[in-house]
Amino acid sequence: MSIKHLLGLQHLSVNTITQILDTAGPMKQIISRNLKKVPTLRGKAVATVFYEPSTRTRMSFELAAKYLSADTVGLAAASSSVVKGETLIDTARTVAAMGADVIVLRHPMAGAAELMTRYTDVHIVNAGDGMHEHPTQALLDMFTILELKNTISGLKVAILGDILHSRVARSNLWGLTKLGAEVHVAGPPTLLPVGLQQLGAHVHDCPEAALEGADVVIALRLQLERQRQGLIPSLREYTRLYGLNAERLALARDDAVVLHPGPMNRGVEITADVADGSRSLIAEQVTNGVAVRMACLYLLTVGDGGREDIN
Amino acid sequence: MKILIKGGTVVDPSAGTLRELDVLVEDERVIKVEAGITARGATVLDTAGMLVSPGLIDMHVHLREPGYEYKETIATGTAAAVRGGFTAVAAMPNTNPVADTRAVIEYVKKQASVAANARVYPVGAVTRGLEGNELAEMGEMREAGAVAFSNDGRPVVSAGVMRRAMQYARMFGTPIISHCEDDTLVDGGMMNEGLTASVLGLKGIPAAAEEVMVARDLLLAEAIGCALHVAHVSTAGSVRLIREAKRRGVPVTAEVTPHHFVLTEEAIAGYDTNAKVNPPLRSKADVQAVLEGLADGTIDVIASDHAPHADYEKAVEFDKAPFGLLGLETTLGLVFTYIVEPGVLSAPQALARLTVNPARVLGLAEPAINPGAMADITVIDPNHEAQVNPDRFLSKSRNTPFGGFWLRGQPVATIVAGKIFKFDQEGR
Repeated sequence: MSIKHLLGLQHLSVNTITQILDTAGPMKQIISRNLKKVPTLRGKAVATVFYEPSTRTRMSFELAAKYLSADTVGLAAASSSVVKGETLIDTARTVAAMGADVIVLRHPMAGAAELMTRYTDVHIVNAGDGMHEHPTQALLDMFTILELKNTISGLKVAILGDILHSRVARSNLWGLTKLGAEVHVAGPPTLLPVGLQQLGAHVHDCPEAALEGADVVIALRLQLERQRQGLIPSLREYTRLYGLNAERLALARDDAVVLHPGPMNRGVEITADVADGSRSLIAEQVTNGVAVRMACLYLLTVGDGGREDIN
Repeated sequence: MKILIKGGTVVDPSAGTLRELDVLVEDERVIKVEAGITARGATVLDTAGMLVSPGLIDMHVHLREPGYEYKETIATGTAAAVRGGFTAVAAMPNTNPVADTRAVIEYVKKQASVAANARVYPVGAVTRGLEGNELAEMGEMREAGAVAFSNDGRPVVSAGVMRRAMQYARMFGTPIISHCEDDTLVDGGMMNEGLTASVLGLKGIPAAAEEVMVARDLLLAEAIGCALHVAHVSTAGSVRLIREAKRRGVPVTAEVTPHHFVLTEEAIAGYDTNAKVNPPLRSKADVQAVLEGLADGTIDVIASDHAPHADYEKAVEFDKAPFGLLGLETTLGLVFTYIVEPGVLSAPQALARLTVNPARVLGLAEPAINPGAMADITVIDPNHEAQVNPDRFLSKSRNTPFGGFWLRGQPVATIVAGKIFKFDQEGR
């Protein structure tokens, strides 16, 4: 792969995105084996550096690295020198100096991963930076859609909820539009960022318009503090106006599928029956997340040369 | 000691004229302005092809002393000023301690006289500690030499406090310089609200954050009759409000910074913290509007809002970096390259916005090159092109988004009260 870092989907070519998605297929086969381990990344070290709480993304990256035989080490900001005031750049240099080949960074501020690339030589994988991007989440969403629909091109994808604060929405918007999907976003006007139309998104303040005839529905997590911040009047009203329930989902195509990046607030942005229903791919997303992250780690560190190793 | 400035073009920014004249300076005064002066024993400054302007005044500068000497000191800041062609600067009061008492104003003046570079006109705080509650001792500060009052960087939130401040400042004939940003609309924002902010995932600051307070302060100034100077105008809406107010006769003046007429929000793509500034870099339409405001006289002054920060303060996540960028050593080149060269203003008109106009706002003596006038003079080579190299700055800090820019129009010599500072083409 021609890129050194994975910072976001904005600057990735269609070819690179396709290459990652193509590589995730064989990776998924490895996970389904009885003996889930290949020697591909033996001798490589992957450090996960997380400045925000995370369950699935962190575990997903660590398992992805382990299934490929990389050594992994994790740093949680709350129990590190960060609380002693160490800067992000110094932390990056320290981790790099210990010999890490890849730093997987989760950070509450936009641009943190890009900042690291300017001060270290190691591969940086953005595992979510503020409201900016969460590329592996979008890639796993796209992989999940592809598994069922065989194509992204021409699909209508509805993304519902707090678009303003969502790095998942931004990465999906870049990735899905690059692969030819028609992306509709819907949320309360106080939770819609300005200018998305200029990126090719169709923007609605009513979810019904986005859902009408959709092939894919992505419900986003609503951070509960948005109400305290005065962005919505109440969770109750939010659920009533924007929550994904069976009645709203009926507006989508009969074969529409439902995704959620997790963790879910059941009963807020999505009802339990939809989350657990037959059209929900939420559990599949988690499995695919490991496969896609294996593909990313592999392609960044080994590249195209050793493709046969993974089989 | 005599200096003969020979062969140059003398600028009269008040009249808007250019004349080929020699200028003879003796000690701290101009003594003769004529064609073909000869003076035995004088240091001759050959200024053929150059502009000889009254000394430039930057009425919006943060010198950081006292309190933040690691960013800048009065000595380094005034050295940077002189290097940038400025013979005088107005120093904002957001120091530590805040310049809200006679003692701090006197300290700033003393440090400036020790440095003996550019003149420093202190600006006093409007409210004690910049807190926005109790009025600062404006009368005492005025006596000590404060030329204006401002809560720059910490806008006065309460309309009631601002109204009383204007009522009080009016008796001195001293302007209130208002940094207009409504904090409830800024709301933790990091850059201009718009597509770039949405893509970068940075919280946006709407234009209304500025315009709401511009409108408020215009109404208060109109009602009270206090001179209001709107600092660093950045939006089309502010330009429109000020234009309308001037038509009604409101005693208002306004300034724009070079970064707000040269750069747009797109300078932040890549999370360049050196382009993080308050008010934020805006859209193309806003840049167009401030240029129109400069051209039609709505905006009276160009000022740099020179705001030094240490490298390590800017080498952090965008959200954590402080707001502000350097201006003293790039302003003149930016004005000539982006205002004079494209014909937004003529050279004398542009120089008026850096000389007589700020002097009028601050109630200073009219800058002019006349016999008897103070010898504060800036010699400018309007054709010399140089690349901005932050490593050569005399400022203590390096936080400029203009590194690498090629700017045509460079200061060649700055004379402050007859003391000459000359620069070679490489920088001192």
